[in-house]
Amino acid sequence: MSQGVVFDIKKFSIHDGPGIRTTVFLKGCSLHCAWCHNPEGISANGEMWLWENRCIACGECLVACSDDALSLVDGVLSLDRSRCSGCGSCAEFCPAGALEYVGRTMTIAQVMAEIERDVIFYDESGGGVTISGGEPLCQPDFLEALLRACQEREIHTVVDTAGSAPPEALRAIAPYVDLFLYDLKLMDDAAHQRFTGGSNRLILQNLRSLAAGGPQGHAIIVRLPIVPGITDGDENIAEIGRFVASLGCIQQVDILPYHRAGTGKYGRLQIEHGLQETRPPSNEQMAQIAAALESFGLAVSHGG
Amino acid sequence: MNERVAELRRQSLQAVPTITAERARLLTDFYQQGVRPISNPVQRALAFKYLLENKAICINDGELIVGERGPSPKATPTFPEICCHTLQDLDLLDAREKIPYAVDAETRRMQRELIIPFWKGRSMRERIFDQMTAEWKAAYESGVFTEFMEQRAPGHTVLDNKIYCRGMLGFEHDIQASLDSLDYLSDPDAYSKQEELRAMAICADALIRFAGRHAEKARELALAQPGPDPRRKQELERIADICSHVPAHPPRDFWEALQSYWFVHLGVITELNPWDAFNPGRLDQHLAPFYERGLADGTLTREGAEELLQCFWIKFNNQPAPPKVGVTAQESSTYTDFATINTGGLKPDGSDGVNEVTFLILDVIDEMRLLQPGSCLQLSKMNPDRFLKRAGRIIRTGFGQPSIFNADVVVQELVRQGKSIEDARNGGTSGCVETGAFGKENYNLTGYFSLPKVLEITLYNGVDPRTGRTIGLETGKATDFESFAALWDAFVRQLHHFVDIKVRGNNVIERLYAAHLPVPFLSLLIDDCIATGRDYHEGGARYNTSYIQGVGLGTTTDALAAIKFQVFDRGAVSMADLMAALRDDFEEHEPLRQHLVNKTPRYGNDDDAADAVMQAIFEAYYRAVHGRPNTKGGSYQINLLPTTVHIYFGSVTGATPDGRRAGEPLSEGISPVQGADRRGPTAVIRSAAKMDHIRTGGTLLNQKLTPQLLADDSGLSKLAHLVRSYFKLDGHHIQFNVVDAATLRAAQREPEKHRDLIVRVAGYSDYFCDLSEALQDEIISRTEHKSF
Repeated sequence: MSQGVVFDIKKFSIHDGPGIRTTVFLKGCSLHCAWCHNPEGISANGEMWLWENRCIACGECLVACSDDALSLVDGVLSLDRSRCSGCGSCAEFCPAGALEYVGRTMTIAQVMAEIERDVIFYDESGGGVTISGGEPLCQPDFLEALLRACQEREIHTVVDTAGSAPPEALRAIAPYVDLFLYDLKLMDDAAHQRFTGGSNRLILQNLRSLAAGGPQGHAIIVRLPIVPGITDGDENIAEIGRFVASLGCIQQVDILPYHRAGTGKYGRLQIEHGLQETRPPSNEQMAQIAAALESFGLAVSHGG
Repeated sequence: MNERVAELRRQSLQAVPTITAERARLLTDFYQQGVRPISNPVQRALAFKYLLENKAICINDGELIVGERGPSPKATPTFPEICCHTLQDLDLLDAREKIPYAVDAETRRMQRELIIPFWKGRSMRERIFDQMTAEWKAAYESGVFTEFMEQRAPGHTVLDNKIYCRGMLGFEHDIQASLDSLDYLSDPDAYSKQEELRAMAICADALIRFAGRHAEKARELALAQPGPDPRRKQELERIADICSHVPAHPPRDFWEALQSYWFVHLGVITELNPWDAFNPGRLDQHLAPFYERGLADGTLTREGAEELLQCFWIKFNNQPAPPKVGVTAQESSTYTDFATINTGGLKPDGSDGVNEVTFLILDVIDEMRLLQPGSCLQLSKMNPDRFLKRAGRIIRTGFGQPSIFNADVVVQELVRQGKSIEDARNGGTSGCVETGAFGKENYNLTGYFSLPKVLEITLYNGVDPRTGRTIGLETGKATDFESFAALWDAFVRQLHHFVDIKVRGNNVIERLYAAHLPVPFLSLLIDDCIATGRDYHEGGARYNTSYIQGVGLGTTTDALAAIKFQVFDRGAVSMADLMAALRDDFEEHEPLRQHLVNKTPRYGNDDDAADAVMQAIFEAYYRAVHGRPNTKGGSYQINLLPTTVHIYFGSVTGATPDGRRAGEPLSEGISPVQGADRRGPTAVIRSAAKMDHIRTGGTLLNQKLTPQLLADDSGLSKLAHLVRSYFKLDGHHIQFNVVDAATLRAAQREPEKHRDLIVRVAGYSDYFCDLSEALQDEIISRTEHKSF
């Protein structure tokens, strides 16, 4: 049976596609964007979250750890990630939920059981399932199986992808996707590589092929994170506008203001957030960017 | 709102709630005239007449709807025949920080010299406590249950459309017909019925006379009206004309309809101090014909109708709840007297009940932003989304009103209880969330019942650990239970034991009211009291329901789930360790407490394991209460709501196995334990919908949402989808607090800057700054749902 690594299943998700949705977050990403607000989605493997503020320094986890990766000094718990094998047994023992295992291995049946709980809300609101990540296409077989299972049950599907994946993987899932949320970040490839860790060549190529079906083809909403100092340059916005308009069939562009909601997660993973100084864009700036994109004849909506 | 309404609203908001001795003094005067050779109902009717003939008539500047219960706005009378306040009570009411009522020296003197000397030893409250058994008192003092009828009269009921079709003279005609048909030869109750009917006729007449006194006063004021502006003079003349016509006759227009209701309302809340302060029920449907006719013949405009409704709203806000003391003050700590305006729902023929007046009323609610009256939607699947979204635009401002009820489920609940389909569709909800057939039912809340306290007493083998007294059955030591089933059996036995005690007490109290404090005025308004010649308290209503309100379902679920999963299923915790931790209030047991909180399936997360425990508790409570006969020919039913009692019950309940520390609030309504729901509102809704709401007479689900969530129309649609989905799952009621925790904390720190902050508490909204600190904390800790 197909299994996947899932790092969250979020109910009442209302900003990732129409209606009330359940978003399934698949672990593993082909990029690592500097502004990523789901850093726990980057690694393909399960890993430990350490919530320092929850720890009551009871020491139960020390007994549970067979990797000798945990230590408690002066009431402060430390996790040595170079030793941690990510087995998650400490999380089982931690009474306070200070150690949390992120990245459950789940079967299609298990994920579907969660998804199907909220069918009444999807039916009422025109919602459904959104599969996000990480990059969901990093687990192509699981993703396809999940989408097929949803389609069998007549549940509307959205895939939120950055598009940095083999074209055949995208082609394979496309018949089971009702709507793509397709992220574009930077048109300049050097900048793209610098800030996301990968080239945009495949991303643009994949979007072109998806869009080739024309207005009768796949429903696509392009999503553009507005990260001050990185993606908000006039030239980048203009190039994205020009590119998306040239595709001819994109129904909508969502501009998503950078936000700092993910910063706590970096702390829990004990990694440094690359954008310590970056602040969310102002409403005025968002409005200017929207206007710039609209000048290409695109429908723009504020999301996030 | 126009200048007139703004000024009246300002006066209402600024008026200080005070105690007035007027009613108590008049009542004492009346009774001091000595024993008369008359029956009790007639005596009560004459007392009512005396009050209305002698109380001061108050017509405030500029108002269009007239009449106050006291001599001025927010002057609140006392009811010494039910609860004769001691001087200490008055001092406490005057001085207490939350929900004070000012008591001046003259009022205090009157209480000392006139009222206490006459009523001490004669009040219903004293009769009740005198009649209650030792085991009842022990359970009451321990906080197993509260008693609704000890300071306020049973009176939860709502008016239907009868006063818009017939006036008091019409009712007098019906009363005479009923008198004429009495069968003195074969009906042993004929004399009792005769006296009750005569009493009703006296009351109907008294209300007409009361309106007449307002007409006289209005004419006097019109004559004395200074200045060249003829407008107020004309208004006063019109008011005089109206008060000469209603409530004696059916109203002829929109204005008269409102004024007629208001006189009736004042009559009900002057006769006694019934819980829930009465209300007009389906106001939109009652007013629609008057509204349409007025617009058609050019005598009314939408603005005019709105202004009249706004003036009507102010009258409700001018009547704070009668002052409560003791446990009753704690279980219902608010100025709100729970008059609730129902909108929407169904017509008696089962069609969509939303009309233009519905939207007018929603506009008035939105603009007036008053504590009283409360407001709710009866939302049927037949009602348009526009109705729900209009309400959503009020809800998202953080006003806490209106709350939303599932009209289709309310009808099913009523039909299940044995009402005809027409009576059910005419029904709705009142007070907090209570289901009733409007104009035809006596449906009393009789008291809150603490499910967690029963569990606590079970775990301590019948002992209340707070006092060390044995107040329950000895069902075995916690550490001796060999299985969860054995513990469960003990819990169910204790539950039945305490419900037995509560019902026995209720059945005595119901008889005390029937015997000593009949309500002939209220009775003439509720079918079929006139036809049967029986008082409202004597089973005269067509339907008679006694509710016992279960409290702490979430806490009890999580506590029993913790025992089931941690002690019995998984063996992760021993019962001895758990009991030691509870005794120690988790001091030095923090890892265990955390384990219980974080590693136990909890209600509110759509987790079938936890929710199965909830369903079992629901069934047990239902079986313990449902269907027992009351003394009025009706039966007991359950509902699940808390008002503010979850704070009081929490304060007298020790640590519980869900990790709750001693003294902390219990969960409220059917909401999950504060903060236990971690999977968002759809999961809460799914969990809550797993109980069979149709077998209750009301459940209360609170959800807190951040303003951002509802900022735009898409958010509003999501709110509508949540509500509609919950109602598809047959949920009874849902209400929303739209305010972020940061705002609430700021209000706690600087109350003077947030005096206007109204939040949803339970079945009603209240000023946040008027709530106790414990309740404020509790509201802040209710999980705040947001979505990124």
